[in-house]
Amino acid sequence: MFRNDFPYFQNSKTVYLDNGATTQKPKSVIDSQVEYYEQYCSNTHRSNFGHANKATQEFEKTRVLLKNFINASKNEEIIFTKGVTESINFIASSFAKDFETVIISSLEHHSNIVPWHMQGRTLGAGLEVVNCNENLDFDLEHFEELLKANPNAFVSITHISNAFGKIHDIKTIIKLAHKYSAVVMIDGAQSLAHFRIDVQELDVDFFAISGHKTFAPTGVGAIYIKEKYLKDVKPYQTGGATIHEVDYSGSILLDSPYKFEAGTQNIAGVIGFGKALEYINHIHYENILSMEHNVYKYLDDELKKLPNIIFYNDIKDSIGSRSFNFEGIIHDDIGILLDKMNIAVRVGHHCAQPIMKKLGIRGTIRVSTAFYNDYVDVDKLIEALKKALSMLKD
Amino acid sequence: MSTIEQRVEEIKEDLDFFEDELQKYEYIIDLGKKLEEFDEKNKIPENIVHGCTSQVWLTHKQKDGKLYFYGTSDAIIVKGLVYMILKIFSDSTIQELKDIDMDIVHELKLSEVITPNRQSGVIGMMKKIKEYALNA
Repeated sequence: MFRNDFPYFQNSKTVYLDNGATTQKPKSVIDSQVEYYEQYCSNTHRSNFGHANKATQEFEKTRVLLKNFINASKNEEIIFTKGVTESINFIASSFAKDFETVIISSLEHHSNIVPWHMQGRTLGAGLEVVNCNENLDFDLEHFEELLKANPNAFVSITHISNAFGKIHDIKTIIKLAHKYSAVVMIDGAQSLAHFRIDVQELDVDFFAISGHKTFAPTGVGAIYIKEKYLKDVKPYQTGGATIHEVDYSGSILLDSPYKFEAGTQNIAGVIGFGKALEYINHIHYENILSMEHNVYKYLDDELKKLPNIIFYNDIKDSIGSRSFNFEGIIHDDIGILLDKMNIAVRVGHHCAQPIMKKLGIRGTIRVSTAFYNDYVDVDKLIEALKKALSMLKD
Repeated sequence: MSTIEQRVEEIKEDLDFFEDELQKYEYIIDLGKKLEEFDEKNKIPENIVHGCTSQVWLTHKQKDGKLYFYGTSDAIIVKGLVYMILKIFSDSTIQELKDIDMDIVHELKLSEVITPNRQSGVIGMMKKIKEYALNA
């Protein structure tokens, strides 16, 4: 029933199962973009005329919404970015670079690996990777060993694996990391589309948020920074709207969040992000979870019936993405044929090459669902997969 | 003996015959099955075609001023694309290959069949063929 809130599904015959890459946008989000550009397009935090004030108010409204949404304690803890990639790069280069050791998991997206390589960190030389078992479960014992051997480390771990849908028990991970005086950043790119996040309950230090994977426009996201770190994090870009006073002898920066948001922001995107959060509040996470869980389980049951399918994890502690291959068939072939049958999935390494290499594969077929996907979508996918398999058999 | 242009025309006609996209793919898959067995020892980094999302290897032999190409892919559909490219360019003189100045993706209307990612793979094959000709 919520599917009708998304114009994409009225305009497209595509069975959209690539929500791990980006989600569709509800009408209220799309309307907010048109409204901003058609009715009050102005810059924020600078000019003082009516429309500029409205733009600033709407922009800041999203900050308050997001603060409440993730239960941050202060507005200052919410910094807008262009997405999780920028959020992680920002914290990596402006704060975590001073830590001797960074600890990541085996299931990280490249955006939580490459920023550390850019600092010259490699495995065993400033970068440690927590093992996972054959079901891709996070190895808590190995994690604790790494924390013991590297006290005061910076831990940067994904909440939900984009490639496999595996959910990390971040509450336990954060608690354990803090026991060894580590600071923790969570890559929450896939989180908010599926789960309510409470940063205070989690006691997380940094939480990277994606807008476009959470029904908001592309090019917008955020980083939550726990208040106690706001003074230690350096702005990694400076310029307009970050400054209290400038002369040639130096600059005095504004306080957070403004000192971190240099230049004209993605104003429409941030406003749309607020509408997306309001939309989720409107439908409630309880509904999202129950709708998703049922379809995800049905997807798994139906996929299992296909011949020679290979999974890399079970669906316990997983959500959203389901990754698989078929014996003797390269994922690319399936991707091409599904596309011709109007089924949108992603095939490839999903920006997670290290775990693919560990599994001895070049990639997978990834079906990633959102709450608006239904049983009919799954049935169409399965029919298309059967057709593709019959075409590709020898 | 047909020229490169004539062979392009033949392949194009074959592809145009199918109105249904999936039938077109069935045809391409069948073409891939016709590919000559590729010698495993030639699956070396120097023979890899860059730009392909799937792995593609392309090698060549020179005889009487002509180049003969051999290739394969780990992906079944891409094998069909490799077959088409080899069919068009193999058994051509080095000079003919050096003189190639065509947008093969456009010529074969492949943009209607394959995604931009895979189009760059076809372009990669063309570059490799040209590279072999220039170094022959």
